[in-house]
Amino acid sequence: MSLQIPHHDINLEPSMSKPPDFNRQSVLMHTERGFKSEVISIVPLTTQEKLFHIRICDPCERENFTFLPGQFVMLELPGCGEVPISISSSTSNKEFIALCVRKVGKVTGMLHRLKQGAIVGIRGPFGTHFPMEKMVGYNILLIAGGLGIVPLRSPIYWTKEHRSDYKDITVMYGAKEPGQILFDYQFEEWRKIYGLKMLTIVQEAGENWNGRVGLITELFKEVTIDPDNTFAIVCGPPVMFKFVCGHLSNLGLPRQRMFVSLERRMHCGMGKCCRCNVGSTFTCLDGPVFDYWTVMNLKEAI
Amino acid sequence: MLFRTITKENFRKMVEALMENNEVIGPKWRDRDTEGNKIYRFLKLNTFDELQMDYTRSYSSPKNYFLPFKEDLSTYRLEDKDWEQEIHYTIHPRVIIGMRACDINALLKLDQVLVKSAYPNPHYVARRRNTLIIGLDHEPLEDCFCRSMNSDTAFHGFDLFLTDIGEKYFVAINSDTGYMIVNRFDAREVAEDDQRRYKEVKGRIETKFKTQVDVTIVPELMDLEFESDVWKKWGDKCLSCGSCAMVCPTCYCYGIEEHTNLTFTKATKRRVLYSCNLLDFATVAGGHNFRPEAHIRLKYRYYHQFRGFVEAFNQSLCVGCNRCGKACLAGISPKVVIDDLIETEKR
Ligand SMILES: Cc1cc2nc3c(=O)[nH]c(=O)nc-3n(C[C@H](O)[C@H](O)[C@H](O)COP(=O)(O)OP(=O)(O)OC[C@H]3O[C@@H](n4cnc5c(N)ncnc54)[C@H](O)[C@@H]3O)c2cc1C
Ligand code: SF4
Ligand code: SF4
Ligand code: FES
Repeated sequence: MSLQIPHHDINLEPSMSKPPDFNRQSVLMHTERGFKSEVISIVPLTTQEKLFHIRICDPCERENFTFLPGQFVMLELPGCGEVPISISSSTSNKEFIALCVRKVGKVTGMLHRLKQGAIVGIRGPFGTHFPMEKMVGYNILLIAGGLGIVPLRSPIYWTKEHRSDYKDITVMYGAKEPGQILFDYQFEEWRKIYGLKMLTIVQEAGENWNGRVGLITELFKEVTIDPDNTFAIVCGPPVMFKFVCGHLSNLGLPRQRMFVSLERRMHCGMGKCCRCNVGSTFTCLDGPVFDYWTVMNLKEAI
Repeated sequence: MLFRTITKENFRKMVEALMENNEVIGPKWRDRDTEGNKIYRFLKLNTFDELQMDYTRSYSSPKNYFLPFKEDLSTYRLEDKDWEQEIHYTIHPRVIIGMRACDINALLKLDQVLVKSAYPNPHYVARRRNTLIIGLDHEPLEDCFCRSMNSDTAFHGFDLFLTDIGEKYFVAINSDTGYMIVNRFDAREVAEDDQRRYKEVKGRIETKFKTQVDVTIVPELMDLEFESDVWKKWGDKCLSCGSCAMVCPTCYCYGIEEHTNLTFTKATKRRVLYSCNLLDFATVAGGHNFRPEAHIRLKYRYYHQFRGFVEAFNQSLCVGCNRCGKACLAGISPKVVIDDLIETEKR
């Protein structure tokens, strides 16, 4: 007598016959399937950073790809590796997404050697977003240190497209030295067309710099903050959170109206590998965007 | 749940029939340790006699049949600038015989993360759905503390569950496939005498638990004693070898490695089981390590097992098998660490 255990082919599940939709988290899908995307242009920004405009090749997949400001993708170079990168473009841009990558290691180093027309893979979008919907009717402070300006570009585009929803919008941006200021070519546009107040500062002035010099917290002297009517988004190195968010809470801004984006090692983006674990939460699922109250209550967060 | 009994002779026939067409995995005797005790492992069975129904504990847990140490998540065919991705989940239907209640409960906990949470893992789902599980009761060993972890009994998560009641097995049936299989081997209705003997065996098992770990206050303790010296005391002994996570039935952290062949025509994306005790677990680009010291990493293994998982799923991740305690060369086990924490809290 022979006995055959029935075979269950999960490829036959209805949801498995479609391309994955990472916004529908509970559905069984090909979670490892990356959207093939073409690098349509590469903009060198500094010696360390390049801006990649990438376009999902398949028109259907491109149409279905929607994200919110603050979310990230896993960018893959087959055979080399996969890294989390914040989306740095407008949520309404259906043609391409912008990813700004700093060269720091193996995968990012390889990415910097890519030429226009190269094919990469992206999975996502992943993670939480800056709650632009909650900020309607409020002033917004966007505070960035260094590479922190990258994830802020998406909310900045958002405020342009929904300008009348918000009151005063102020961007405060601090960099180490003038040569490391990213996207300065856009500042005029942000000021004039988006109607944002732009404040920049550098820690070490070079020869041709006649702007402000000092730490980012210096900029607070130039703005008046109405703690009852303001939301803040803060992106940058963890030390910056402490000073900036500390200052803001001293002014009376509730911690749940300040949002920060945390950075951790990530190998999946889906709450599975545990590499991004902070205390009892996973940065990829419950973050990277957290309100500051939550961050303060997370063990080892900053 | 239905109950039947099956004679040992018929059980043998059943296993042999299963072996003809399916991969059948069970506890095999592999070696002896330095004290002369037998070391068992879950391995593919070729004959019925290899199956050790009286095994004590497998050194490593059978979780690796669901979460292999290494697994290719996808492969790529590379051509010039372009590439094609290929993903296969194909898995032959399999049978695992002899899983303990704790190991079955461990799978149920893994299901919470890998099936029932955001982004179900298709590789795991495929393995899970194509594996028939036959559980097996046993008398606890000296150091088993699964009862403290509420994992000494499996209520679901298996197809069949056997309890040895002499010349027969008392069988709990939990799936239609399981029901069909035992019925083909002359499974009988449970007689009054079978039921009495089953209760006797169960009663005896209950009295045999020697090790207890008081986990009621542990989730809170993890926060209260976050800065405790206990972490340093045990953490300084920890070799950061990761063996604990490898043998544990519930540890599931991993890393991703990508490789190409020598001619750059093929690439693979490989999932490799990892451990949060390993040095570079939380190292990011630029070399910053969020958990630079062994005691911090050890603390987080416990934090996840006894606190983080409770927060997410209302249960500890640890099932109390003490495999990590057995594997650890530094003598670190949940029992000693938690007892120490409780002791400091009392002071
Ligand atoms: C949510 C999020 C958003 C990010 N957005 C950007 C961005 O917009 N631009 C940008 O330049 N960088 C961003 N980073 C950081 C970027 O992911 C790392 O610089 C990158 O992973 C380094 O990879 P590597 O292979 O070049 O470095 P290596 O040092 O060679 O790292 C090897 C592996 O470690 C892992 N790893 C190392 N550092 C990090 C890290 N900081 N975060 C996650 N995984 C890491 C990766 O899996 C990588 O494959 C972001 C990180 C996170 C978590
Ligand atoms: S606790 Fe023990 S087994 Fe685990 S990493 Fe440390 S030394 Fe290795
Ligand atoms: S006793 Fe150790 S090996 Fe067993 S489940 Fe708990 S942590 Fe894992
Ligand atoms: S990146 Fe894998 S769990 Fe968050």
